[in-house]
Amino acid sequence: MIGALTAVVAVAALLLAAWCGVAIARDQPTKDWHLIGMAVVSVLALAQLVVGIVEVANGHKAQNGTVIFFAYLVGATLVVPGAAFMSLLERTRWGSAIATVGGVVLAALELRLIEIWGSGHG
Amino acid sequence: MADTQQTGEGVVVADPSPEAVAESAAPTGKTRKIGEGPGRLLVSVYGVFTVAAGSRSIYQLIAQYHRAPLSYILSAASAAVYAFILVTLVRGGASARKLAFFCCAAELAGVLIVGTLTLVIPSAFPDQTVWSYYGLGYVFIPLVLPVTGMLWLRRTPADEQQG
Repeated sequence: MIGALTAVVAVAALLLAAWCGVAIARDQPTKDWHLIGMAVVSVLALAQLVVGIVEVANGHKAQNGTVIFFAYLVGATLVVPGAAFMSLLERTRWGSAIATVGGVVLAALELRLIEIWGSGHG
Repeated sequence: MADTQQTGEGVVVADPSPEAVAESAAPTGKTRKIGEGPGRLLVSVYGVFTVAAGSRSIYQLIAQYHRAPLSYILSAASAAVYAFILVTLVRGGASARKLAFFCCAAELAGVLIVGTLTLVIPSAFPDQTVWSYYGLGYVFIPLVLPVTGMLWLRRTPADEQQG
């Protein structure tokens, strides 16, 4: 359950990174559509946090420990909103670079989350 | 507000141009500050690493301190360095620039020393730190980051003279 959602979040984060990467190449700041994209990815990450809480509440155990699992889930939920905030402060191509880095960082966090959750739990 | 009273033809745009802002700014910071433009990207990445190294070391120091104290204290030290550079980059100014440059150099030295030690005496490091193997676990970003930081901090004074 959470494995599939984690994969979706990772792919969405990479797509967001690539899309904002185009804005870097064009020397443009992030625009409304980029921010809507970041909002979509943030909602997906938030859904992942909720599903994670529900699964742990239902008795599943994360392989590397519940505390680390939730630390990464919370980090994954906050990273793209944080990047969106910084890209709104920086209205140049560097704001797009921040959004790109945010997407890549989220994808990396998702990979770690899959390890932490453990493959046996799907 | 004061502008609109004096114009007969139309509304004066209230939004000041970058040049106008630069003229009115303090003599030391003529154009881009160290925390703006590419600097804002650096601030963001340092923010991520402060949170990553900080939360990691807090968890390790509380939950499993006796397993690898040296690794965890080094993690905490790296988190402190990241946090300090983050603050100096955000605050800006001449003295903050010097402090940030010094800390980036310390950070680079830390990555190189810890990275070499983990290769030479791996038994001393039963658990990974952010700086183990020159930051291998973090795609070598810990190694690239201080170099990028120092290059940016060196470049910004020249930019200010041009502007």
